[in-house]
Amino acid sequence: ETPAEAQVLSEHEGILVIVEQRLGQARSVSWQLLGQGRRLADKLGTKLMALVLGYRVEPVAREAIAYGADVAYLWDDPVLERYRTRPYSEAAVHVIRAEKPEIVLVGATYTGRDLAGAVATRLETGLTADCTLLDVEPPPTRLLQASRPAFSEKLMATILCKKRRPQMASARPGVFEALPPDPNRSGRVVRVGSTLREEDVAARVLDFIQDPDRVNLEDATVIVAGGRGVGGPQGFQLLRQLAQVLGGEVGASRPAVEAGWIDRAHQVGQTGQTVRPKLYIACGISGAVQHLVGMEGSQVIVAVNREPDAPIFRVADYRIVGDLHQVVPALIAEARRRLGP
Amino acid sequence: MHVVVCIKQVPDSREIRIDPVSNTLIREGVPAIVNIFDLHGVEEAVRIKERIACTRVTVLTMGPKSARSALQECISLGADEGVLVSDRAFAGADTLATSYVLAEAIRMAAQVWGPVDLVICGKQTLDGDTGQVGPGIAARLDLEQLTYVERIRSVDPDAGRITVERHLEDGVEVVETSLPALVTVVEGINEVRRASMPGMLRAVRYEPLVWTVADFPEIDRSRLGLKGSPTVVGKAWVPEPITRSGEALGGPDGDGNGNDSAAQVAAAQLFDR
Ligand SMILES: Cc1cc2nc3c(=O)[nH]c(=O)nc-3n(C[C@H](O)[C@H](O)[C@@H](O)COP(=O)(O)OP(=O)(O)OC[C@H]3O[C@@H](n4cnc5c(N)ncnc54)[C@H](O)[C@@H]3O)c2cc1C
Ligand SMILES: Cc1cc2nc3c(=O)[nH]c(=O)nc-3n(C[C@H](O)[C@H](O)[C@H](O)COP(=O)(O)OP(=O)(O)OC[C@H]3O[C@@H](n4cnc5c(N)ncnc54)[C@H](O)[C@@H]3O)c2cc1C
Repeated sequence: ETPAEAQVLSEHEGILVIVEQRLGQARSVSWQLLGQGRRLADKLGTKLMALVLGYRVEPVAREAIAYGADVAYLWDDPVLERYRTRPYSEAAVHVIRAEKPEIVLVGATYTGRDLAGAVATRLETGLTADCTLLDVEPPPTRLLQASRPAFSEKLMATILCKKRRPQMASARPGVFEALPPDPNRSGRVVRVGSTLREEDVAARVLDFIQDPDRVNLEDATVIVAGGRGVGGPQGFQLLRQLAQVLGGEVGASRPAVEAGWIDRAHQVGQTGQTVRPKLYIACGISGAVQHLVGMEGSQVIVAVNREPDAPIFRVADYRIVGDLHQVVPALIAEARRRLGP
Repeated sequence: MHVVVCIKQVPDSREIRIDPVSNTLIREGVPAIVNIFDLHGVEEAVRIKERIACTRVTVLTMGPKSARSALQECISLGADEGVLVSDRAFAGADTLATSYVLAEAIRMAAQVWGPVDLVICGKQTLDGDTGQVGPGIAARLDLEQLTYVERIRSVDPDAGRITVERHLEDGVEVVETSLPALVTVVEGINEVRRASMPGMLRAVRYEPLVWTVADFPEIDRSRLGLKGSPTVVGKAWVPEPITRSGEALGGPDGDGNGNDSAAQVAAAQLFDR
């Protein structure tokens, strides 16, 4: 460690979470990261900061306090109304340079990854991608231990950034747990901002076309998921009915997506979404590791499969061996009977 | 118009196994392929070339000497020139050091073949899988950045504009920006063609240019390879498969096979839990 490096290390303190929002609606991964950030900040005995970028997003900054931040930096500017890499990364770099956090966390969403790569490069610092475990070494080293799955989830690797600050990491949605929001938590909202000018931004968002098959697996409390065993699009209609009665969403394995039975947005697993609902019902899914990594954090797992030794049963709380075309209708009928149509 | 496509040769991660004794990766015998998203990048560049006269497609990779074959594959698909940026000094680079070298190489390509209007990267690789190199290059060259592009609606070098559709979690965003720009592409953007006969013939004989550190007189050596990489791998381990001792529903060992009443019993039991 050179004296210059030592100075950089000692100047930086605290954990900053970049909150992602669109049109004033925060993404749940931001609150999950504030939850994990809180745990890490307490372990280091330091403060937890949130950075909220957008236009007319003061309520989001207040929410960030409720979800665990001690300070929420609010950069409210019409130029930031819609996400564009240049003004967002400029603003984030500006605040990080001024506030000097030792750790910066970003959700590994499309937007979060787009932003994190730009910001880390401008700050010339290390960025660990797509983490599923985040811990810190206790003082004096205070190192962020950012761990991520590698090689098709066959290996986990811990990545460290020893000599530069901040240590940056993007983290997967659905992996960490948010704290229950407390509207009475005390914390400061600090307005920041300076010279963003629309003339300096070349990018224009012309349109946003919402996907009609849009699905919010990340926030779903119940997911009914189907695999190759579902047999076709009609089978997924059945799963949709069950999901509907239970107030949940439909998930899928990759082969079901690749067969075109259901849209890619529903895919759970390594190359799909990571989910942690209260209830996950896996129907006709064998339980390959690439699927399991996406759903094993679910609170209760029910598996329906006609092979008694299907690997999915090893992670299931409730096993139903049988043909899903018999079991799922029975579940729908039973759910209707108990919960109403 | 000058399009540069960044490609990486990667081990086919689907083929990687874990040695059950030593708990380490078995890399031997794993085939090396062109990162799948990068092939879609090459295809998109070649399509632009087919639409816009006087377009040149340069393919760039940083890697070991063996990555020549990856460049040859891209030549067979219709790229004009392939450059292998290769030197011991580049080895062990994380995404920060990688984007530094690639940005320098793109500057060099601009000097050799003319100003670069568009850089295309894959959305991520199959091995490192970070998706950070594209944004890193854009930041270093101050290019407009458009990630996760599933369609290029139009690109007009004369007007200096590009309009794309970006794939997001809940829909598609249409964005227009100025050139020069960097886009990263998802697999849905196109179908990669099969190499044509003339393409294959050219590829077999093609010798890519090789640029080493010595070819970059201005390069800052402290920013290269392992030395220039702020991240280091601490430890690696094989995750324990988690298991739950599940309860069987619907009869002995949950056996509801081919039996409607067992299914009903299972359903009733589940909702009693
Ligand atoms: C298991 C594992 C985990 C890693 N985790 C991290 C991490 O968290 N943070 C970190 O900084 N580094 C990490 N690295 C190192 C890093 O992956 C690579 O060494 C880096 O050179 C390229 O990053 P990538 O493969 O993630 O590329 P990505 O950023 O995923 O690649 C995106 C696109 O950039 C272009 N590109 C990438 N590499 C090259 C190349 N060599 N030549 C030409 N074009 C290229 C391609 O178009 C590619 O599609 C990790 C490496 C491994 C093996
Ligand atoms: C790099 C990589 C990334 C991947 N990413 C993902 C990912 O993100 N998500 C993912 O899911 N997969 C992913 N995979 C694929 C994964 O390896 C498995 O191939 C996949 O999860 C298997 O899907 P499945 O369980 O639906 O199909 P199968 O393995 O074919 O299983 C079908 C199951 O249905 C049962 N079944 C059949 N008919 C019935 C019936 N009538 N009633 C009840 N049960 C029935 C069978 O007993 C069987 O267990 C990835 C693979 C690789 C290599």
